[in-house]
Amino acid sequence: MIHSLFLINCSGDIFLEKHWKSVVSQSVCDYFFEAQEKAADVENVPPVISTPHHYLISIYRDKLFFVSVIQTEVPPLFVIEFLHRVADTFQDYFGDSNVGDTLPTGQLSNIPWRRAGVKYTNNEAYFDVVEEIDAIIDKSGSTVFAEIQGVIDACIKLSGMPDLSLSFMNPRLLDDVSFHPCIRFKRWESERVLSFIPPDGNFRLISYRVSSQNLVAIPVYVKHSISFKENSSCGRFDVTIGPKQNMGKTIEGITVTVHMPKVVLNMNLTPTQGGYTFDPVTKVLTWDVGKITPQKLPSLKGLVNLQSGAPKPEENPSLNIQFKIQQLAISGLKVNRLDMYGEKYKPFKGVKYVTKAGKFQVRT
Amino acid sequence: MSAAPAYSEDKGGSAGPGEPEYGHDPASGGIFSSDYKRHDDLKEMLDTNKDSLKLEAMKRIVAMIARGKNASDLFPAVVKNVACKNIEVKKLVYVYLVRYAEEQQDLALLSISTFQRGLKDPNQLIRASALRVLSSIRVPIIVPIMMLAIKEAASDMSPYVRKTAAHAIPKLYSLDSDQKDQLIEVIEKLLADKTTLVAGSVVMAFEEVCPERIDLIHKNYRKLCNLLIDVEEWGQVVIISMLTRYARTQFLSPTQNESLLEENPEKAFYGSEEDEAKGPGSEEASAAALPARKPYVMDPDHRLLLRNTKPLLQSRSAAVVMAVAQLYFHLAPKAEVGVIAKALVRLLRSHSEVQYVVLQNVATMSIKRRGMFEPYLKSFYIRSTDPTQIKILKLEVLTNLANETNIPTVLREFQTYIRSMDKDFVAATIQAIGRCATNIGRVRDTCLNGLVQLLSNRDELVVAESVVVIKKLLQMQPAQHGEIIKHLAKLTDNIQVPMARASILWLIGEYCEHVPRMAPDVLRKMAKSFTAEEDIVKLQIINLAAKLYLTNSKQTKLLTQYVLSLAKYDQNYDIRDRARFTRQLIVPSEQGGALSRHAKKLFLAPKPAPVLESSFKDRDHFQLGSLSHLLNAKATGYQELPDWPEEAPDPSVRNVEEEDLSLIETHVGLLGEYTEVPEWTKCSNRDKRKEKEKPFYSDSEGESGPTESADSEPESDSGSDSKSSSGSGSGESSSESDDDDQEDEEERGRGSESEQSEEEGEKKRRRKKKKKEPEGRGENSSSDEVSDSSSSSSESEMTSESEEEQVEWGSLPPRTRLGQARAACPLLTPVPPTILFQPPSSKRTPAAQEVSLLDLEDFAPPSVQPVTTPTVMSTSLAADLEGLTLTDSSLVPSLLSPVSAVGRQELLHRVAGEGLAVDYAFSRQPFSRDPHMVSVHIYFSNSSETPVKGLHVGTPKLPAGISIQEFPEIESLAPGESATAVMGINFCDSTQAANFQLCTQTRQFYVSIQPPVGELMAPVFMSENEFKKEQGKLTGMNEITEKLTLPDACRSDHMVVQKVTATANLGRVPCGTSDEYRFAGRTLTSGSLVLLTLDARPAGAAQLTVNSEKMVIGTMLVKDIIQALTQ
Repeated sequence: MIHSLFLINCSGDIFLEKHWKSVVSQSVCDYFFEAQEKAADVENVPPVISTPHHYLISIYRDKLFFVSVIQTEVPPLFVIEFLHRVADTFQDYFGDSNVGDTLPTGQLSNIPWRRAGVKYTNNEAYFDVVEEIDAIIDKSGSTVFAEIQGVIDACIKLSGMPDLSLSFMNPRLLDDVSFHPCIRFKRWESERVLSFIPPDGNFRLISYRVSSQNLVAIPVYVKHSISFKENSSCGRFDVTIGPKQNMGKTIEGITVTVHMPKVVLNMNLTPTQGGYTFDPVTKVLTWDVGKITPQKLPSLKGLVNLQSGAPKPEENPSLNIQFKIQQLAISGLKVNRLDMYGEKYKPFKGVKYVTKAGKFQVRT
Repeated sequence: MSAAPAYSEDKGGSAGPGEPEYGHDPASGGIFSSDYKRHDDLKEMLDTNKDSLKLEAMKRIVAMIARGKNASDLFPAVVKNVACKNIEVKKLVYVYLVRYAEEQQDLALLSISTFQRGLKDPNQLIRASALRVLSSIRVPIIVPIMMLAIKEAASDMSPYVRKTAAHAIPKLYSLDSDQKDQLIEVIEKLLADKTTLVAGSVVMAFEEVCPERIDLIHKNYRKLCNLLIDVEEWGQVVIISMLTRYARTQFLSPTQNESLLEENPEKAFYGSEEDEAKGPGSEEASAAALPARKPYVMDPDHRLLLRNTKPLLQSRSAAVVMAVAQLYFHLAPKAEVGVIAKALVRLLRSHSEVQYVVLQNVATMSIKRRGMFEPYLKSFYIRSTDPTQIKILKLEVLTNLANETNIPTVLREFQTYIRSMDKDFVAATIQAIGRCATNIGRVRDTCLNGLVQLLSNRDELVVAESVVVIKKLLQMQPAQHGEIIKHLAKLTDNIQVPMARASILWLIGEYCEHVPRMAPDVLRKMAKSFTAEEDIVKLQIINLAAKLYLTNSKQTKLLTQYVLSLAKYDQNYDIRDRARFTRQLIVPSEQGGALSRHAKKLFLAPKPAPVLESSFKDRDHFQLGSLSHLLNAKATGYQELPDWPEEAPDPSVRNVEEEDLSLIETHVGLLGEYTEVPEWTKCSNRDKRKEKEKPFYSDSEGESGPTESADSEPESDSGSDSKSSSGSGSGESSSESDDDDQEDEEERGRGSESEQSEEEGEKKRRRKKKKKEPEGRGENSSSDEVSDSSSSSSESEMTSESEEEQVEWGSLPPRTRLGQARAACPLLTPVPPTILFQPPSSKRTPAAQEVSLLDLEDFAPPSVQPVTTPTVMSTSLAADLEGLTLTDSSLVPSLLSPVSAVGRQELLHRVAGEGLAVDYAFSRQPFSRDPHMVSVHIYFSNSSETPVKGLHVGTPKLPAGISIQEFPEIESLAPGESATAVMGINFCDSTQAANFQLCTQTRQFYVSIQPPVGELMAPVFMSENEFKKEQGKLTGMNEITEKLTLPDACRSDHMVVQKVTATANLGRVPCGTSDEYRFAGRTLTSGSLVLLTLDARPAGAAQLTVNSEKMVIGTMLVKDIIQALTQ
């Protein structure tokens, strides 16, 4: 399977290596660097590279490349999935800077995902229902594609071996679900109840999709007019955001990100709300809007300076929108109840809902 | 590891003098003196007896290793600590050893005894880690010790140690492949292990050491299938991949069905049927029939594999999902493969590397099984933020999915892509348009026009790519496109991209008769610039010169000679070669000239148009999901996916003698049951069984095979006997044998028995149909058979009654049969005639007839399209496709609007239905037989070559509360004919889908009807006062209010009423105020009131209120109505 693993930072230093079989020289990474150079953009480095003696399978996470060296046939997703789990573990372990003195010990329990003898003085179980709206809105404002991607993340701090079951008011909403291995699949199939002995701590219980079949509510609308004049070195930019189907909740944390065409030199804009930045190198415009108040819709207007002499851009850039709605799962999913079996104490339980924009793109 | 120790090595060096005995070690071979000294502090720390110092030193050393620094000179100092009591230190010493033992073999031997001691430790963790390190230090001299250790660990009582033993096997094998035979023995032993912990690891070892020994799997096959769901994710991937290969060697192809049936001699059918009739006594008869090919019956073990892997499509691990997907793709019958699409589409939300791999596989799959991904077309739409490599793969999939029906939508998407800033992506889009144009004849001209417009694009790459694609398209019908060729000829002045120039020159040469005046001029210009051109362009200039010389030598003779002389002295030998070759061909020489007489034939022969096809075509000869598939090249160690065998090998090899598999259930159910927790143990075996008895998936795509018999294993002899007898009898006898086992299993056994025999009945009927076309006798006997089997099961009276009718029907002419049917079945009498036979052509709209199905081998000849599509196409297609221009053409959103609630929806696609297409629509008429039911119109149309017989609803498996009133059986539907039927469904006031089977005599299709919430109600009429009174009762929790903004298009009374009533089956209630709209209805099942108020204020602001005690319905209704109003 995986022969060796190299960790490479964004400036191209190999700062960590691990070999499971005989040692493979660092020079194997040259093939990777070559591919990286060719791709120009980190995102476009092919995840699988074939070299004369090895195959390199890599992932890019948090500005690091995890490059694994493979010698024989193996499902690429097997390796990719593994590397991502490694990255997850690093994030968990190094994430909060207080690195422990001892390495976590291997433990054998009847349940592979939960250690034995867990003890807490405060027993708590929290669930975050996080829904993201993926959408493509075309220039006329109609929805080309929309779906809801949801996850339920859990933070479980319960003593002993609790056996939980979580039920929903409307489980049929969940169109396509993937489960943490702790969930009893058959119970879900027959009763639509999530029944499980949880791992200790933070973990993702399920991910689900509510597909466009069930018509997705789009909480914001965007009015836009972006135009570049022929044979002139300027253009106009005018974007307004307003609330649409927000179920009576406040939409907050709105950010608009626009990758402007290369010929844009600078932008002189006036926001009615929030602040904006334009990076003349990456040509990325970021407008941090904040909350929408329906009385006065936030807008960003002004001039775009173009490189003189260059032909006007053919494409209007698309707008990437971020937003957040607290206390709402846009699909309407509602947790009904959480029951605990197997332990005597009474845990503290909590459910939080939040809706966010996922890959939310408005074509202009 | 903290960052500190990583740097601290640098501060060493001050401590003491360098010790000479390490100096000779070349590995440490520093030139700088500080290198000799730098590790002295570490050595000192390791030599103390303070564990904390040792630990600190080891941490630094391991950090050095991790950073790729050489720490080999510390070997003696480290190895001393291998026996250290401190577990933390020990762990790190192990890490060091594994890294350097290979380099310092002699010293490493010093540590072996410690590991040998460790192997006997009472603590399983220590035993395992000792084995792990021992097997990881690649020192050939200890191979015998490793072998011994592995053998011993393989029979350790701890499954964790056994797992480690399995891990050690490939390591030893890679160190010394001569150990293979002994290792296979250990593998065989571990394969028999019954714990989930070991299963994945030992299969991994099997794959690395002896993948060819498929015989080792036989006895463990069923166990592996059953354990699979509880194995850890990594093991699942390996096992599934191995079982895919296994299945390909042991079972018959589930798709060979039809072809086999046709070949089959008649006797075989009757033979197998008699078997069943005579029971076990007919062994000989079946044996006699055996030489003739057996009809296809899926091996229960094959079914077991499919059934047990399916739930894993919902794994969180992308690798597992992909593994199951490839298993289904390679092993499942066509009708069942579809289930994987949804799961694969889900993975597209994952990390971009995952997307990359999944899309590669989807691209391959979508060529073979387009229908499967069609519903998810939009999931492959491209965002400007996608990385280019993902964009291009998505484009590939979109192109593969494009067909007659969706091409307008797809092309409109492409139109947006063409304006992207990402030019590589634009080029790929142009290629994609070219492919759509070749595959779908109807849009060829539209695409061509669009591409021609792109020729005036500013970006040269775009123009160049367009030229290349246009060239390919023009080759298909050059005569009609003289103008385009002229246009292209003009471009030679501007276009610099070599490939594009070459393409233009080729076109001009090939079709010079269309541009007789321009061609010589182009040649003239080219002759001028010849020396500066790229090689491919030069070759095409020679080519053009030759062709012109042959057709128009008067004007071009000199030019040609000039070009040929230039080429003769070119630096590139290809070009010199070509010039010489061409000269010999076209210029008549003194001696022979035999060649030049035929030169015209050689140069201007009609050439076949190039086929634009996907680079993913036929990639599925590699196992999907594999590295080899991704690279499209065989990777080292790739195991070929074998072809299905012609004859199934003996299935009895998988029989396991006595063992009760229930004992090997582990304590833990990953995804399965956890048997130790009181709450669930209480529901005990019986409940568990019940659970099992239900099909895994409550939704449609179900098991057509025996559900239980395989799970519980045919332990008895009769099971194995029947296996070897003709396939059709096996299921039944094995489930009978279950009956003996336990009492409460009996019921279950029956269930599966009836199900199975029914299935067999199906099969037989199908076979019969194939041979004996419509006529009576066959039908009679088939229905006899059905009633036989159903009487043995606990079917309701209703079913058997209708079964009897079937018998009668066979002997009556069609018209009377209908009447008879109604008379015979009391339940059916009050209905107006529901089966309407229609002449074949009447259903087809003109638009659909124009459709020419070019190159769509997947599709049967044109049949009835879903009503919505053709009309939409005909109106907006022209507008939509009016060139793929770069101007801001306004887009007509008509295609994007959801199908109105009363519109027809697809129930069964004609591809999935093998020619039978079924649509349904909610008619909104009261269902007379049961007022609680929603009446659903079902539209059948048969586009296959053969009549579809005996269309009826088969045993529905419905969620609690939902019930179905079936439509009367449609006895026969001739090819090209359509029919309509009405059925009633009581959805129990929920939007749960009603899943049922649509059966023909030969097939069962799993279908599902999910009602929009608006169809769950019927209008009631009430006065304004009544409305207000009722509304007053339904406040608080029962009231849902939502604000919305009405778009301009939707502010008229008419529009509002239309939109609301289209979305929900409600009646309008009169209202005094003009800006308020009221609607009322009752839910069908419970009769709860649903009151809807829309308060429209000026400027589009509006408030929607729904009052209903059915809160869920209320919420969903609000959502739907808002959606309808605001779109």
